[in-house]
Amino acid sequence: MMTVIGIILTLILSVLFPGIIAITKAKVSGRKPPFILQPLFDILRLFRKTTIYSTTTSFIFQLAPLVYFASVVIALLFIPFFGDTGVFSFEGDFVFFAYLLAFGKFFMIIGAMDTGSSFEGMGANREAFYSLLVEPAYFLLMGSLALLSNYISFAGLFSALHFNTDLAYLVIPVSVYVFLFITMIENSRMPVDDPKTHLELTMVHEVMVLDNSAFDLALIHIAGWLKFVIYGTLIANFLINGQESTLIKSLEFVGINILFAVLIGVVESFRARNKLAKNPQWIIMLSALAIIVFITTLIITSKLILN
Amino acid sequence: MTSSETTYKIRNNQSVPLDRIPTYDYSEFRVLMIDLLKNGENHCVNYFAYQCNNRLQFIACVASDSKAIIHLLAHEMDLSATVALQSLTADIPALHLFEREIHENFGIAFTAHPWLKPVRFAHNRKNKTAINDYPFYSIKSEELHEVGVGPIHAGIIEPGHFRFICNGENVLHLEIQLGWQHRGIEELFVQKKKILERSTLAENIAGDTCIGHSTAFVNLWEGLCNYVPDESLEFARTIASELERIAIHTGDLSAICADIAYQLGNAVFGRLRTPIVNFFQEWGGNRLAKGLIRAGKINYPFTPELATRLLEILKVYEIDFDEISAKLFNLPSALNRMENIGEISPKEAYIIGTVGMVARTSGLNRDIRSSHPYNLYQKMDHQPIIKQTGDVHARAELRVDEIKQSIAYLRQLLNKVPASKQPEDHQFVSPANSFAISLTEGWRGEICHCAITDDKGELLAYKIKDPSHHNWMALAQVVRKNEISDFPICNKSFNLSYCGHDL
Repeated sequence: MMTVIGIILTLILSVLFPGIIAITKAKVSGRKPPFILQPLFDILRLFRKTTIYSTTTSFIFQLAPLVYFASVVIALLFIPFFGDTGVFSFEGDFVFFAYLLAFGKFFMIIGAMDTGSSFEGMGANREAFYSLLVEPAYFLLMGSLALLSNYISFAGLFSALHFNTDLAYLVIPVSVYVFLFITMIENSRMPVDDPKTHLELTMVHEVMVLDNSAFDLALIHIAGWLKFVIYGTLIANFLINGQESTLIKSLEFVGINILFAVLIGVVESFRARNKLAKNPQWIIMLSALAIIVFITTLIITSKLILN
Repeated sequence: MTSSETTYKIRNNQSVPLDRIPTYDYSEFRVLMIDLLKNGENHCVNYFAYQCNNRLQFIACVASDSKAIIHLLAHEMDLSATVALQSLTADIPALHLFEREIHENFGIAFTAHPWLKPVRFAHNRKNKTAINDYPFYSIKSEELHEVGVGPIHAGIIEPGHFRFICNGENVLHLEIQLGWQHRGIEELFVQKKKILERSTLAENIAGDTCIGHSTAFVNLWEGLCNYVPDESLEFARTIASELERIAIHTGDLSAICADIAYQLGNAVFGRLRTPIVNFFQEWGGNRLAKGLIRAGKINYPFTPELATRLLEILKVYEIDFDEISAKLFNLPSALNRMENIGEISPKEAYIIGTVGMVARTSGLNRDIRSSHPYNLYQKMDHQPIIKQTGDVHARAELRVDEIKQSIAYLRQLLNKVPASKQPEDHQFVSPANSFAISLTEGWRGEICHCAITDDKGELLAYKIKDPSHHNWMALAQVVRKNEISDFPICNKSFNLSYCGHDL
């Protein structure tokens, strides 16, 4: 039941997500905010346009946005919804989930390389590098949860987490923090990348999709929105106790995601982007936090005995 | 024989009969130029050639940074002569672009010039094919890659091509190819005979320095024709010049914030620029101050009511400006993007011959307002603001400090608004066979206009030099050893003019 409601809510939220960020950013800087569905209108406009392919590209370039989009949609079906499993759930699904997203990203990267443009090469190179750096943080964190709960599927991990309240106080805040910034990196937002810039030389994600147009570009944008809500839902899983009624869980879920979008808007308004060379250092910091959680878990579960 | 006795010395906005300028053999001229420019206090403000009765006349103007004098010296050669001149660039690198321009316009060969490349799209020049196959510097290496940006850019800016040679994310070399905006504006000055046409041309040399260039033109024309402007004209020009500085600097700060993705700064500085440019609208009916500066008159006299209005605007402006500047310069993430990025050392800045903001952020005291004062700056004791670090941070901070200084000057000036006359057209008569020079300090830096008249008193040649002329090379140099992703912020902190260079 929760899974169905969850997926419907996820789809609705993903459409509202970029609008909420835009409204937050406009409000805090004293500008007139756009209509919440403006990003959706932009997407509809893209759908009406004709896709243009550079003559130097091959079928890879045309395939990449589809594969990317599909990988994100399938990943969405793995997300557990607060006590309920996702549409697909099996042991080790969180590993599959991570590499499904990586698979989509891999296609975007080779699609970008396919154009032969020096800009796209630069963007692909940066995006691949950051994804590579963020991976340890994700796996260390999920590994810790697996150790803690003795489950190796998303649904198991999260439900066990909430039965054990003492440990939850320790693990949840750090996990939420790390996931928050994994989201920012995976979606190429501040402080790693500036989605608003028009400057090709400083972009990460935007410059990688510079040659995509119309339908393909729309798919890439929608996949980006979905990824936001996927991570937002994972974060919500840390916070929402599966024992509550469906209505309360749904409200909490929507509330957390809106709060998440507002938070992103606020972060992006009041600070400057990282210097590009500082990004790796900053991303590795997340892995360092995850290592702390991991070692703490080892000690708690008596797998690591300190004398 | 020292150089001080061998040149004709002129002050800003003065004119001189052409035959008073000492003319030398090229070899002597060359020695004298090196002698003058090896002195750290001098820099070349203009060096150009013009055609006169089948002869090519070369005039060099070297300004002192400490004394209010400009040295003039000349050499000449037969137009049909095929002698090659020994380049000065190897000794004085700051002259490279002047020599390249002469080479392109008249086909003069310079020997031992290390960088004799095309300057512009040369449709009205001697060599019309030069730009088609631009000889970019390249390095043959498997590890390095080239990134070409422009001439069409993602933002609404002017065209220019940037060719980077990178090692991964680091820039080894940047070459900037300009010339796409060439309009032949110097020729138009000679062709258009009416003073109104010429004033309008001056306003459009570089759209963002409307006041700077039009003031240089009117000061030059009045100086050439021995017209002494009354105080109200000088007052209006000084007020307009400082207002333009405030408006453009504020806009630049907003753009710098946009480039480092600091949204709050971008929004607030962007909003603060508006009341200043809107004041231009109230005053002269145009937000960019077009039509405001005219030779011998002002069509929109500055009234005491406007003064009251401006003081109100500045009061409101300053509160928000102080707050957001304090925020920007105390924000760790913003400082991280600005400090030690795009550094240019005082030595490099001197060798390149930088002027204006770029010079002042690298410890060079180059400000025409203090060294060659004009208009009301003659009565003000202007102290240039000098920064030492030469990085993006220094250039941003200089803008903040100069805005504060300009506001203080405006308040001081607005205490007493001189009464204006009714605007009426003065009949300017330009003397025959004369040379006149005018220097102004636009917001970007030193602007130099030179005019030469023929034996009937008609304009024979008009020479414009925007501060961008010197500073583009500085931009190309500072990007080296920086990350390619920091190029936009370096570029923005310089904010150089494309059409000011391309003319």
